[in-house]
Amino acid sequence: MATGGPVPGTVPGVGDTAQTDHDGAGHPDHSELGPMDARVRALESILVDKGYVQPEALDEIVEAYQTRIGPRGGARVVARAWTDPDYAARLAADATSAIAELDLGGRQGEHMVAVFNDAGTHHLVVCTLCSCYPWAVLGIPPVWYKSSAYRARAVLEPRAVLADFGTELPADTRIRVWDSTAEIRYLVVPRRPAGTDGWSEDRLADLVSRDSMVGVRPADEPTSVGAPA
Amino acid sequence: MNGAHDLGGTMGFGEVVPEVDEPVFHSDWERRTMAVTLAGAMLGRWSLDESRHVRENRPPATYLTSTYYRIWLDALESLLLAHGLVDADELAGGRARHPGADGVPTVSPDTVARVLSRGAPTERATHGSPGFEVGQAVRARNIHPAGHTRLPRYVRGHRGTVELVHGVHVLPDTNAHGGGENPEWLYTVRFAGTELWGEAADASVEISVDAWESYLEPA
Repeated sequence: MATGGPVPGTVPGVGDTAQTDHDGAGHPDHSELGPMDARVRALESILVDKGYVQPEALDEIVEAYQTRIGPRGGARVVARAWTDPDYAARLAADATSAIAELDLGGRQGEHMVAVFNDAGTHHLVVCTLCSCYPWAVLGIPPVWYKSSAYRARAVLEPRAVLADFGTELPADTRIRVWDSTAEIRYLVVPRRPAGTDGWSEDRLADLVSRDSMVGVRPADEPTSVGAPA
Repeated sequence: MNGAHDLGGTMGFGEVVPEVDEPVFHSDWERRTMAVTLAGAMLGRWSLDESRHVRENRPPATYLTSTYYRIWLDALESLLLAHGLVDADELAGGRARHPGADGVPTVSPDTVARVLSRGAPTERATHGSPGFEVGQAVRARNIHPAGHTRLPRYVRGHRGTVELVHGVHVLPDTNAHGGGENPEWLYTVRFAGTELWGEAADASVEISVDAWESYLEPA
């Protein structure tokens, strides 16, 4: 199976137009140019030539996170919880097992806890020490989640951070911030939007954004996904 | 360690800037760095705790001005060198010059599928009973370990309440340094915002961290 090629073969969805953005000034969490590309390609070929890694293994990792493992998984969990009270109860009691019912889990989702927004409490997830994130249900974290600004401020002034996302909560809503300092990974279950009675799980899942499952935004309003089919 | 990575409460970074329609990766080298970093970890020679420590253990100015995946790539090269899997002349020259180390299994697509689906659980068999119970008042110890720790500075010395008991988990403080897993009871400890940030802070805010038993004392 091994081809001996120095670098991975085809990588789906390679659109390098985005490579030219961000000079780093003011956004040190963003991308860099040129020399990094040469460096990582050289390291890949060293590892392949020394027999440590098959190029196809690298392709498999990219393929998994670019196409299969992402926030659609978490959205399925939330939509199921919205429509099935028994499932919601299992999710609250043992999130890892309930998530596994939907064939989700694994790396960076080994120990899951689901936290449920309600009228009185809003949950927000951060990792102040690095970038711990529930990859198994949300995929790779966005740049803002890994940014110094988010990691620094989410625990100090969460209302101001929410405002950066256009999210405003009543002054008496309790804000509960979860700093992911161990291997427990947190999934926020946002409140189900009004006007979605009778919706199927698939339609509801379209309202569940990644950001809503980190807690920086509410779930989308039903008007955002168009008229029912 | 009291490094620049311990960012909770730091001021001056400005707004959080969400990106509209953010792609999964912003460039090919970031995608490759993610993949080769995960593959490197699948060689099984270092723990997640060790890799976290290698990433955070750099001068504050370097940490804060390096891009995310730059830190990952720097750390991967450091780990490969430290564990004798790659030599410095190979990194300098950008190509393999020596045979691979003996006894290292090749990471294949099957390896990837297995690791991604199973992950690396850190919970271990329960031993004894937890020292703290849900609802109990505890204090985060005022400790400043020189090595890896997962107790952020902003909670040290502060009083909180045990909210969840997670079972017994691998202790990063020793596991990151080859000192063994030493699993301990792990808790979610909740703090009032005003306890951490003073009486002028938003009283509607509560913050929790996940803390191993040795990070805590009765309050």
